[in-house]
Amino acid sequence: MHPALLLLTDSRLPAGGHAHSGGAEQAVASGAVHDLPSLSAFLRGRLHTSGRVATAFAAACCAACGAARAAPDAPPGTPPWTGLDAEADARTASPAQRAASRIQGRLLLRVARRVWPAPALDSLALAVPDPHHPVALGAAAHAAGASPGDAALAAAYHAVTGPATAAARLLGLDPVEVHRLLADLAPDLKELASLVSGPETAWAELSAHSAPALDLLAERHARAAVRLFVS
Amino acid sequence: MSAHHDDHHHAPDGHGRALRLGVGGPVGSGKTALVAALCRVLGPSTRLGVVTNDIYTTEDADFLRAAGVLDGERILAVETGCCPHTAIRDDIAANLDAVETLEHRFGPLDLVIVESGGDNLTATFSRGLADRQIFVLDVSGGDKVPRKGGPGVTTADLLVVNKTDLAPMVGADLGVMARDAAAVRGDRPVLFTSIRREPEVAKVAAWVSVQLRAWSERPVSAG
Ligand SMILES: Nc1nc2c(ncn2[C@@H]2O[C@H](COP(=O)(O)OP(=O)(O)OP(=O)(O)O)[C@@H](O)[C@H]2O)c(=O)[nH]1
Ligand SMILES: [Mg+2]
Repeated sequence: MHPALLLLTDSRLPAGGHAHSGGAEQAVASGAVHDLPSLSAFLRGRLHTSGRVATAFAAACCAACGAARAAPDAPPGTPPWTGLDAEADARTASPAQRAASRIQGRLLLRVARRVWPAPALDSLALAVPDPHHPVALGAAAHAAGASPGDAALAAAYHAVTGPATAAARLLGLDPVEVHRLLADLAPDLKELASLVSGPETAWAELSAHSAPALDLLAERHARAAVRLFVS
Repeated sequence: MSAHHDDHHHAPDGHGRALRLGVGGPVGSGKTALVAALCRVLGPSTRLGVVTNDIYTTEDADFLRAAGVLDGERILAVETGCCPHTAIRDDIAANLDAVETLEHRFGPLDLVIVESGGDNLTATFSRGLADRQIFVLDVSGGDKVPRKGGPGVTTADLLVVNKTDLAPMVGADLGVMARDAAAVRGDRPVLFTSIRREPEVAKVAAWVSVQLRAWSERPVSAG
């Protein structure tokens, strides 16, 4: 693991992540998540569905930065950003979730461009100013010197830590117990990161798992009159 | 997504952009009332934008839009996920994005005001988000508050002590507040207001105007 990954996954990274619950706020509001076991199930489900897609895309985008596979009408070495982003978009059914992913992607891209300036990040900002979060994460990981496997691990970790922290705040759960749940997910994180495929994989083959319940939670959240988190 | 958009991530040096003014302070001290007053007074001569940071709802943004002090589209609400101080100090990304969105859509602007969600005495704006900041206290919190200090009270560029009309009702001694504030703030200014009685907030508006002039006249190389 590249040390820059610690920065990329730190909840103190100033990229706006603290304001997103990944559906956890609505899951709490609906009663679906109400204690540690129900939070554990929520996190595991999220990790193996939308987390899995995020993992695949973060790795693919990191790999694309390293590969010479350029976009058709772009300078040599420019990763095919619009295509990759469209693939991520097609796998995100809920418009609210798309919006949440894009705002987090844009904010991460902004931070990454200042912390790890790189041509790949500039080309991403130009092609897709508000990329999906996993796309931005993959590009940022590459700019920071990390590998596709590292990017995957960061995406998997991101898929569960935000919701876990949000649920701890909303339910007043013991934070140590919540961290124990996250620690229990470590083998799953490792497994997801190891599933990541090589840069030659066709985009259509990238993971397309979905979680209709998360889509519904995201849509309901966007329409809620009262909420603390953006998503 | 169509390709080749403008690249509008700003350089951090602040050249050629609006002055960013943070307005912070405890819950209910009169931040929104002050922002509304400043928009009303400065609006005719200043190109303005406002970002609000409500804790639960878009109440402050809705209030400002309903007050008609500013074109509703120039007011953006940022959600802060349980942590209003994080959004103005440690992770300013969403606020910065909202400020830049306003500048991109309506720019050039002269002034963008960012109202923090009501918070505690330690909440201050990062210098990466706000070029100047006002901390708003209200006298009904007790005349001990300036003595308690905290970064908001001690370091804000301007301390506003609002709701002076309530001082007799809550037994607050404005003289004590002025003395304690001066003791912890040195030369930094303190203004007493009653936005209820004097909605023009002339002294605060004059202070902001001085900051605006200094900002527009600053040397090109300065941040
Ligand atoms: N008596 C009196 N009331 C005031 C004054 N200024 C504001 N208020 C009232 O105080 C209440 C809170 O004012 P706001 O401007 O909403 O305060 P705020 O700091 O924006 O509140 P939050 O955003 O919720 O933290 C409102 O009912 C205002 O009308 C004042 O000078 N005197
Ligand atoms: Mg307010």
